[in-house]
Amino acid sequence: MPDENFEPKIIGFFCNWCSYRAADMAGTARMNYEPNVRIIRVMCSGRVDPDFVMAAFAKGADGVLIAGCHPGECHYNNQNFKTMRRYALLKHTLRAIGVEEERIRLQWASAAEGAILARSIDEMVERVRELGPLNWPKQWEAPPEVEEAIKMMEAEHAEALEVTA
Amino acid sequence: MRYAYYPGCSLTRSARAYAESTAAIVGPLGIELVEVEDWNCCGATEYIAINKSAAYALVGRNLALATSIEDVETLTAPCSACYLNLKKVDRYMGEYPDLNQRTNTALAAGGLSYEPGTLHVKHLLDVITEDIGVEVVAGSVSQPLAGIKLAPYYGCLIARPALDDEPAHDTEQPHNLDDLLTALGADVVDYPVKTNCCGGHMAQISASTAYGLIGKLIGAAAKAGADAIVTICPMCQLNLDAYQTQVNRHLGTKYKMPILYFTQMIGLAMGMKPADLGFGQEIVSGKPVLAKVGLPVHEPAGPTPKRRSRRNDPSLPMPGSRGER
Amino acid sequence: MSERIGIYVCHCGSNIAGVVDVEEVARWAGENIEDVVIARDYKFMCSSLGQELIEEDIRKEGLTRVVVGACSPHLHEKTFRRACANAGLNPYFFQMASLREQIAWVTKDRERATKKAKSLIAAAAERVALHAELEPFTVPVNPATLVVGGGIAGIQASLELAEAGYPVYLVEREPSIGGHMAQFDKTFPTLDCAACILTPRMSEAEAHENITLLSYSEVEEVSGFVGSFKVKVRKNARYVVEEDCTGCGICTEKCPTSVVDDVFEAGIGYRKAIYRPFPQAVPKYPVIDTESCLYFNTGKCRICEKVCPTEAIDFEQQDELIELEVGNIILATGYETFDATRITQYGYGRLPNVFTSLEFERLCNAAGPTEGKLVLRDGVTEPKSIGIIHCVGSRDVHYNPGCSAICCMSALKFGHLAIEKSEADVTSFYIDMRPIAKGYEEFYDRLMEEGMHFVRGRVAEVTDVALAPEEEGKLIVQVEDTLLGKQRRVPVDMVVLMVGLEPRPDARDVALRFGISCSMNGWFTERHPKLDPVATMTDGIFIAGTCQGAKDIPDSVAQGAAAAARVLSMITRGHVQIEPIVAEINPEQCSGCRICNELCPFNAIDYIEADAVSEINTALCKGCGTCVAACPAGAITGAHFSNQQIMAELDGLLFDVNEHDETMQPEPTAA
Repeated sequence: MPDENFEPKIIGFFCNWCSYRAADMAGTARMNYEPNVRIIRVMCSGRVDPDFVMAAFAKGADGVLIAGCHPGECHYNNQNFKTMRRYALLKHTLRAIGVEEERIRLQWASAAEGAILARSIDEMVERVRELGPLNWPKQWEAPPEVEEAIKMMEAEHAEALEVTA
Repeated sequence: MRYAYYPGCSLTRSARAYAESTAAIVGPLGIELVEVEDWNCCGATEYIAINKSAAYALVGRNLALATSIEDVETLTAPCSACYLNLKKVDRYMGEYPDLNQRTNTALAAGGLSYEPGTLHVKHLLDVITEDIGVEVVAGSVSQPLAGIKLAPYYGCLIARPALDDEPAHDTEQPHNLDDLLTALGADVVDYPVKTNCCGGHMAQISASTAYGLIGKLIGAAAKAGADAIVTICPMCQLNLDAYQTQVNRHLGTKYKMPILYFTQMIGLAMGMKPADLGFGQEIVSGKPVLAKVGLPVHEPAGPTPKRRSRRNDPSLPMPGSRGER
Repeated sequence: MSERIGIYVCHCGSNIAGVVDVEEVARWAGENIEDVVIARDYKFMCSSLGQELIEEDIRKEGLTRVVVGACSPHLHEKTFRRACANAGLNPYFFQMASLREQIAWVTKDRERATKKAKSLIAAAAERVALHAELEPFTVPVNPATLVVGGGIAGIQASLELAEAGYPVYLVEREPSIGGHMAQFDKTFPTLDCAACILTPRMSEAEAHENITLLSYSEVEEVSGFVGSFKVKVRKNARYVVEEDCTGCGICTEKCPTSVVDDVFEAGIGYRKAIYRPFPQAVPKYPVIDTESCLYFNTGKCRICEKVCPTEAIDFEQQDELIELEVGNIILATGYETFDATRITQYGYGRLPNVFTSLEFERLCNAAGPTEGKLVLRDGVTEPKSIGIIHCVGSRDVHYNPGCSAICCMSALKFGHLAIEKSEADVTSFYIDMRPIAKGYEEFYDRLMEEGMHFVRGRVAEVTDVALAPEEEGKLIVQVEDTLLGKQRRVPVDMVVLMVGLEPRPDARDVALRFGISCSMNGWFTERHPKLDPVATMTDGIFIAGTCQGAKDIPDSVAQGAAAAARVLSMITRGHVQIEPIVAEINPEQCSGCRICNELCPFNAIDYIEADAVSEINTALCKGCGTCVAACPAGAITGAHFSNQQIMAELDGLLFDVNEHDETMQPEPTAA
């Protein structure tokens, strides 16, 4: 049941050119929006590795917001199309492991669209607040044998890397 | 082609000529009209401004009843106001979930429901010019209206607001009725006020305003040399026809312009008898037009344009003309 | 060896401190974040005192990393990086957190704001500890420049660069340079003859030893990066051999085919199939329009070939593909006018005597289709009354919401010309009058004294349907006169529509080809609308003139010169520094799957067959990081945006995830 005082923690991956500037613009224009999104700046939304998203949830985030330039306006031509493809697969994967769809969102915002960005943040925070905390780490506490097995696999992998052809 | 048919109140009374001529011409054009059973008034132009929820329920009931007709995709209405009401309700129920919910709640009380988008709503004119096609109409013409000059009057409601995402015709200067009348063999005059307002119910509310608007419409047709004004809406027809005497008195003019329905003109061109097309019910008599039908074809008015001499033609090209001088 | 991190939390006056408890954030950072040896709060970090504070701490406390929580890094990242460099610390050992734009300016709740500030500081600190020592690359700058567009802005830019002694390639799509300004009759407010002030510049541009003029040409492909661009230009076949043509014009005189000229004459005049756009065209060589030429359509005629005294006509001529190498590019591609047929109520295209502003310019121009006589569409009748409608397609939510900047002044100019030429009665129908620059308001006063009429109101309709005897045979402008508070019907002989300025229809394609951004409607995007109007986000590519937004001639000239100045600063420096935010492939880990090869829009990734691995050309890499994210083997690292750095940032951001939670968290798996 959602705690009355629950404030979701949402990690934002914003591209340097459009969406980060949109956030800047929202600030300059003193637009008020929920403070729940904590932003990581990347050069392009195409940099966002699905691992980052998984790690964010694993480390305790309740939601992830990826923001970038509108398709056709990417500073690096068309990398945001790759973001779109990855996002589609990410949603699919997250759904398969039981993470609600609304916990991840892809938002396009050009540098002039601070208002749109602020509104999308408010919408997402509201939604995730309703869903409640993800509490992934607690849910995913692995039994000791599994932990052991994972550690062994990591060690083997490291060894394999040291082997030269 | 099969259509759900919503005649509307005026077609049962003051616009009987429209109803009769429509019924006469649809068969030969391959149109099957299936009247909506137990249809009710559409609320005309006023109700929607007075009480939106009630008005939507009123119109929604007709849409709901129409869906029970088998094998139809499109609902057609000959009256522009009915057409616009039906189309508006269908479109805005689809855009505003709140409105959709309220309307369907009201319909549910009568055991009905309507899912917006289920039916296409089309004006009878558009059914004939778009779905059937002007060429087909031309093909059914046996008695071309040669030498008859007609002013094509659309009225405002079919043109504005444009409720289709890709509007079928221009909101100011449409031309499908012009094309249709040309296909019937008539001379269509230049009539730029073709989508001007006829005054609507202003004839009752503020007569002088209405007379000004009506006078402008008839005057423009008269100046262009039209033998008749052809309409597609019973309200327009009533205003221009029934109030012509008052307009003449008010403006000091002497207009005697017959106001006819486009379906009547199609019927005439098909060689049907005028009595079967509702002729004789109009106030300003259409007899002068009938007298001209069946006359031998004569030279179209105006001199034949001379071949422009390259050296002596000082005129400037119109925008969009790519041609050679 | 652990790092020594310095944390600086800026008050920014009360901008940040008014919402975020900055002292608390600094105190908390000092006590709770690993490796932090200094944690201060200060009123204005960007001030020289603030920067000196950082420099002193670096020297005295031996700081190895610096974090500043202040405004957006887009404003002061460079400032603080410089401070670090001054104190001998690699500038990339610095990270900035945006406490102002992202927190203080958008949050009301002090407690939540302070918590968020702590998370952003923690994130910056965790990240900066993993930063690598980076050096910017230096690349040489080719002193040659490409200027695209030969209108007044492009010509200005080219001349500035040429005068400074550097080579310029001026590429122009039309057969002649001159742009829209060549079509005008006079220019406001001085009433200078447009051709008289423009043509000297045009000749100079052609004659200058440092300018290579490529007219009737278009840029097809652009590759490379700032300092060394490779450009492919297609020089379209004129079917005239330039070396032999003397510009005598006999071919044009004898050509039997006359067509509507809808480019230079704005559709209101004619030209031949072989033509020069206007008498003072530069270069003087005519061009054959194959669409209307009889020979190209039917194989007959060839009169031009027969009469040419120097045998300069060559029907077999082919397009030429030219490859250029330049260091910088200036785009000055100009504007297009709004298509007035879209506003059916004004009757353009239907009512013969409704004209657009460009058509009117051509009527007024002494070299135009009527030799400067102001006449109606019949080519003969002089109008006795003219109505000028402002804001056609501008300031209108249905078409373009923006103002086109020059139409009010043009309308005044037209009023003056009409009054001077024909004693016609001129009425302007305006919404607001916008004579904003030097001498403009005085020009407005002058027109009021010359007797031009002004009606303040939006025109509803232009119609030819007369309602009264005095309206017969005229165009009636139906307008609400807002100052009188009445509807008016004003009968006139001629209506002139002041059509708005729009971006070129292919602006988006051009932007894509050059790799710059443009807005949704097509105006090229400047780096900063206030402080950097001629640079784009793409280094080495500049914009000037109306392609950036509607503006008058003085502003276009100023921007052309400004863009040239920016290019000159790069050329004279001789080299440019490129941020070392690039990707690198570890060949040991690369499996040669080549997934990354197709992802790079700059073709920076090559596949080395011999070693069966991919390799990144760091000169071409622009640092987007898409390949880094895509590599299934994790073989690609993105400098300054590595996986480790971002994961560390995540850790910092979620510092408080355990706060209400007693149970133990499993260790997050390493990335």
